[in-house]
Order: sequence, then C-alpha cells, then structure tokens
Amino acid sequence: MIFLNQLLQGVFLGGYYALIACSLSFLFGVMRIVNLAHGSIVVLAAFLLFVLADRFEISPWLALIAVVPAMAALGWLLQRFVLDRALRGGLLVPLLATFGLAIVLDNALFETFGADTRSLSPFIGDLSFDSWSLTDDITVGKMDVLILGSAVAMLGAVSLLLARTRIGRAIRATAEDPGTVELIGIDARAVYGMATALALAMAAVAGAFLAMRATFDPYTGGAQLIFAFEAVAIGGFGSLWGTLWGGIALGVAQNVGASIDPSSFFIAGHVTFLAVLVGRVALGRVAA
Amino acid sequence: MLLSVEQFEARHGLLQAVRGVTLHVAAGETLALVGANGAGKTTLLRGIAGAHKASAGRVKFDGTDITALPAYARVPLGIALVPEGRKLFGGMTTQDNLRVAERRGRPGKWNVETVVQAFPQLQPKLTALARNLSGGQQQAVAIGRALMSNPRLLLLDEVSLGLSPVAVEQLYASLRGLMRDGTTIVLVEQDLTRALAVADRVVCMLEGRVVFEGLAAETTREEVLSAYFGVGT
Repeated sequence: MIFLNQLLQGVFLGGYYALIACSLSFLFGVMRIVNLAHGSIVVLAAFLLFVLADRFEISPWLALIAVVPAMAALGWLLQRFVLDRALRGGLLVPLLATFGLAIVLDNALFETFGADTRSLSPFIGDLSFDSWSLTDDITVGKMDVLILGSAVAMLGAVSLLLARTRIGRAIRATAEDPGTVELIGIDARAVYGMATALALAMAAVAGAFLAMRATFDPYTGGAQLIFAFEAVAIGGFGSLWGTLWGGIALGVAQNVGASIDPSSFFIAGHVTFLAVLVGRVALGRVAA
Repeated sequence: MLLSVEQFEARHGLLQAVRGVTLHVAAGETLALVGANGAGKTTLLRGIAGAHKASAGRVKFDGTDITALPAYARVPLGIALVPEGRKLFGGMTTQDNLRVAERRGRPGKWNVETVVQAFPQLQPKLTALARNLSGGQQQAVAIGRALMSNPRLLLLDEVSLGLSPVAVEQLYASLRGLMRDGTTIVLVEQDLTRALAVADRVVCMLEGRVVFEGLAAETTREEVLSAYFGVGT
C-alpha cells in the first residue's frame, strides 16, 4: 500500500513537471528552440505574482489575470527582439541567446529581491497543505490534484487550439515550413510572436503553481528547467501529450527511487531520462 | 496589364539567376514559361510571388509597384504561387492544408467545397495526411491551397513534374476549367507540347534571360526548341 502511495504521489509530481514543461515543449514543437531561459521565466512569473500578493494584497488567483497577459506580451517582445534575430543565426545562436537571457533574468531577480526564499502558500489559505485521505496509507494533496488537473486542462486547451482553430492551423503549418506559409498569406514572424506569447502565458501559470506548492528564490529556475527538459525528452520532443506522460514517468521514477533509497530521488529521475534519451537516439526517434 | 515585370534581376549568392527580364501578362491570359533547368524560371516565378528578393528591377501588379512587399503581403492582392515540389504541410490533413489558407487572400468563390468540386480526386482524401497522398493528389492539394486565396494571378511551377500521365491529364482538365473562368495564369512547364496547347503566349528563358516570346497558336515546337537550347541566339 505504501508503494502504491509512492506511485500515486509520483503521478501527481509528474503533473507538476508536465505543467512546467508545457511551455518548453510547445516552443520546441513550433520553433524548434530549446528555451534555456524557461526555468528563469517561470520564476520571473512567480516573483511577479508574489509582488502583487505581498505588496498589493491581491489574491494570487486574481493576480494571474494580470500576470498571464503581461507574460504573453513579454513573450511577443522576446520573439521580436531576441529569438527572431537568433533564429536567423542557425541552431546554436538561439541556445546561446536563451542561456544568456537566463543569466540576465536570474541575476536581475537576485539584484531586485535578494536571496531570500519566498512562497505564495501563505496567500492561498490551507490549499497548499490540505489533503484528502483515501485510505489509512494513501492521502492526496488538494494542491497536487489541482496541479495535475491544470496540466491536463492546459495541454488539452493547447491541443484543441492547434487542432481546431485558424491560428492553430497557422501555427502547425508554420512549425512545418515557415517559408511556405508566407506563400499562402501567413506572416511567419507574427505566428512565431503569437506562439512565444502563448508559451510565456503557460509559463506564467506554471510559475503560479511553483510558487504555491513550494518555495522559490531567484536561482530556482535552473532546477525547473532540468525537470521540464527531462519531461519533454522522455515524452518526445515537441509532443504535447507526450510531455504529460514524460512528466509522470519522471515523477514516478523519482518517487520509486526515493522509496528504495531516500537519496536516490533525483538520480532515479536522471537515469530514467538518460535511458529514454539513449533509447530514442538508438532508435533514431529523438523528435516526436 | 495585370502583371508587369520590368528589368527584373535576382541572384542566388554569387550566381545571377535572372538577368534583366521584362514581361507583361494581361488579365485572363495564360502564359507558359519554358526553358532548360537552371534557366531562371523558378527564381522569376518566386520573385513575382515575393518569395525571392529582386536584386534589381520592378514587379508591378495591377499598376502598383509591389517589389518591396513580402510574399505574405502579396497574397491578399491576389497573387498565389504553387511552388515546385508542392511544399505541402505533410503532417496536416488535406482539409487542413486547404483551410490553413482560408480567408487570407481575397473574398471569392473558392473554399474547401469548391476546391473538391474542381479536383474530385480529393473528395475521399480530405482526412488523409498530405504526406500519404499520391503525387497527383498532392499536386491537386497544392493548387487547391493556392486557389483558397481566390487569386487573380496563379503562378504554377512545374505542376506536372513527377506525375503519372493519368494524373497529369486529371490535373490539366481541372486547370482548363480555371483558364475558362478567366484566372490569369503563369505556368512553368517542361512539357513543350502541353505548354503550347494550354497557353495563350509562350516565353522561353535561357541563362536568366528571355530569349523567345510569341503567341502559342503561332509558335511551333521547333521554334521554341531552338530558343530552349540557344540555337541561333
């Protein structure tokens, strides 16, 4: 029963990883960019929410109404002034540009907020620690359920957007061939701008849940990037639903590793990631 | 004139692919552009569509200078290119390949239903992925996708290349319908007999230049072939 509980907690932890990986997976799928600033962007959103909650006493849920569009606008600017130019320089330049952006963001946040750890949990009542007891040995955290539900909802919404809407078709076509879409009247740069805006809006939601379920500081982004990247890699680069399964596989691997030996939590996840990656490379299926 | 290309030049790096080409196309006309591989036909067509930058010269569409406009901004004016190699979005269905071009051009009669009427071979393939279609079906989707923008000028680059004779016949039967409807067409075609049969006028290019121009009805295959191979130029 304890092992079953570990598995269940692993699934919920995977939901969190999927949530923070959505944006990374989407941006890779559309623009073939591995955004190394992703973790820092998630933390930036967490800080924005924290400032609104702490200094202006705005509920984090309400603050999301302002932060999500603000991050989307930042995404559009990021694409126009950084990624668009970087993409013209080949594969390596976007990697270096986003790596540089991560350093700038981390240190700007450190300069502004210092090294203190913060959390949004004091602003959301008992949601961050409350739980349901399913049996004597199995409890399910309300926040964990909310995070997994949000991940599924966000992935579902993006999948529907891509499959059923005009802008979704334009994004898919641009992802396949940005040169040819121009011949049918689509401005590929504008589509990339919208895609990056959407990616950062998703990162804002991920930032909210990062700040609600745990503590964060200006340098938390690096670890978030690693977990998000591993979830994307396990699930298949660019595959949205694969990201959910990748996140769950990572979370379950970490929890099972920890149940064998508490110090094996991280290493079990990394080994799973490496095993899947090596397997994919061997089979020639790196991209989904 | 619907289309005027004046002293148009274009380069591929150091190579000058098109050298001072001037040509005019009247509304409702079908112009066949012929020439050997590397003559500059595709580059000229892409230059008209805005997909290849002019290094000199001008492109005027319905009297307006559009030389500086990017390709996506030429589509709403009524210019659509069916590129060489079809360039479909292979991971999308036939229907989505058509619908992605919906309402991005001019208002008009073309929609998924009218495209399927013009190319009946697409009816059973609407939900199939474009990458899984036959060559003829893919070419029909590529032309249909261009038609979705209700173009006044349709640029067709090597539409019969690599297709079976049956597929080419099917395709040209549909194209004749477009020509009867008055769509202006510039057609790059390797098959000289077919080019002369469907076009009002024929222009032959050699090494980036126009070396022959004439009415298709008054031009013999031999005259075009002489220009094609640079005999007597």
